[in-house]
Amino acid sequence: MDTATPAVTVALHDGTAVVAESTRVDARRHGELLLPAVDRVLKEAGTALDAVTGIVVGVGPGPYTGLRVGLVTAAAFSSALGGVPVHGLCTLDGLAYASGIEGPFAVATDARRKEVYWARYDDARTRATDASVDRPADIAERLAGLPVVGAGALLYPDAFPDARGPEHQSAGALAALAAERLAAGGEGFLDPLPMYLRRPDAQVPKNYKVVTPQ
Amino acid sequence: MAADEPLVLGIETSCDETGVGIVHGTTLLADAVASSVDTHARFGGVVPEIASRAHLEAMVPTIERALKTAGVSAKDLDGIAVTAGPGLAGALLVGVSAAKAYAYALGKPLYGVNHLASHICVDQLEHGRLPEPTMALLVSGGHSSLLLSTDITSDVRPLGATIDDAAGEAFDKIARVLDLGFPGGPVIDRLAREGDPAAIAFPRGLSGAKDPAYDFSFSGLKTAVARWIEAKRAAGEEVPVRDVAASFQEAVVDVLTRKAVRACKDEGVDHLMIGGGVAANSRLRALAEERCERAGIRLRVPRPGLCTDNGAMVAALGAEMVARGRAASGLELSADSSLPVTDPHVPAHAHDHDHVHEISKENLYS
Ligand SMILES: [Zn+2]
Repeated sequence: MDTATPAVTVALHDGTAVVAESTRVDARRHGELLLPAVDRVLKEAGTALDAVTGIVVGVGPGPYTGLRVGLVTAAAFSSALGGVPVHGLCTLDGLAYASGIEGPFAVATDARRKEVYWARYDDARTRATDASVDRPADIAERLAGLPVVGAGALLYPDAFPDARGPEHQSAGALAALAAERLAAGGEGFLDPLPMYLRRPDAQVPKNYKVVTPQ
Repeated sequence: MAADEPLVLGIETSCDETGVGIVHGTTLLADAVASSVDTHARFGGVVPEIASRAHLEAMVPTIERALKTAGVSAKDLDGIAVTAGPGLAGALLVGVSAAKAYAYALGKPLYGVNHLASHICVDQLEHGRLPEPTMALLVSGGHSSLLLSTDITSDVRPLGATIDDAAGEAFDKIARVLDLGFPGGPVIDRLAREGDPAAIAFPRGLSGAKDPAYDFSFSGLKTAVARWIEAKRAAGEEVPVRDVAASFQEAVVDVLTRKAVRACKDEGVDHLMIGGGVAANSRLRALAEERCERAGIRLRVPRPGLCTDNGAMVAALGAEMVARGRAASGLELSADSSLPVTDPHVPAHAHDHDHVHEISKENLYS
């Protein structure tokens, strides 16, 4: 599952293929939508949560509030199920995998505040750089000539003239990538911890303000 | 404790404490808390994003610690309760998401409950079942309210509330004026013990004959105290910190207790419960004791550790929801930063008729 972008997306993968998937794009209702989506996917697949042998979660980067919903849900599932492993994947990796692009390209998601979260890829399975957060104009030159995948690219066509889909994250792609890595020995996962890339907005209140009129 | 009493885990993340409590009926089994208060201290107040990040880190370890302390298996729980609101939206969402995941994974009913009603219900863990009706004075950094409840799971009526600052906020602000750090409550309480509460006559807000009888206002008091201190400083005189602390604190607790006792008399209620972080204030407890005794009112104040935000209070209310057969919440439960105090819990939508059971007025304890 992944809640790091406006998509609330959940999928069940049986090691061979995606059995069921639910993706809804609603940036403001991650908390409400995630558990009903999990329930829908499991019911559609005719199974129950305790049959799951691993949980894959997108760790971001992403706007914080939604991102935390997926991460705490994955951690709580694992704890409640007696320690089912949780595998973290960079959210951008899911979009890269879903794009199926062979040559070098980049992925960009919307970071709000006129910025994008982005990373470069050598191919659909291989991320070449750490994820960063930048203004589109500031990275346009570095990514010139490359296809750029995702909502962050489609939002800024001036900076990313070769913007491409998929626009939104799919848990099916994330699960398929994870299944490949697990089958290959289980390398290439991140700790299931949030990738914020920004420090919290914390203003130290100004020094005590004098209230007596001067 | 009776075998048929509900075993409930409660999660509280509405502000800066990650709290997880486990109760069996009205018996407290575990009360695990991880606080991010130290991280907020240098900002002089709770920073929402810092609180939310800390909740995510602490959430599951705190749940596991509570289960271990209580010596119960999650499989034996009768329900999972969580603060659905009011509180900081991003902070609430971490607890609500964790509660939903546990409830779903374990196949247990979920109860999204009201933070304020939980502050009242926690007293059951200390003094046994709440009398009905109960008058409650809730005072903390986030709220100052007078509430009347005839049934804590279904009927909480607001009689009055602060029209500006919460009582705890006034303590924090005065502490800042006096350079005493954050949070302000404990340090002012400590200094006030060595000061004279009658040294300075600070104003009692909304205490005139025509003022609303049960509402509070602490903004004018805060300004008056700040001006008094500034005048001293401007005159080059030393500020008598202990006397200021004592006189300020007296002004706050005088109004709080006077209005609470008056509400009890007016409504014919013979029990007053005081909860919330400011209920840990020693002068508030002493003055309330004195005035309640004079008025023939039984006072119930939980120990300080149960007055501040914690998971035990959420578990206490959750257990009451189970005991009284209240409808569980649905998987779509959302955090509601402004959940009205009149909603003690958030039942599943009525159209999910699978989850809605006939509400029983029977009380499992009686
Ligand atoms: Zn509170």
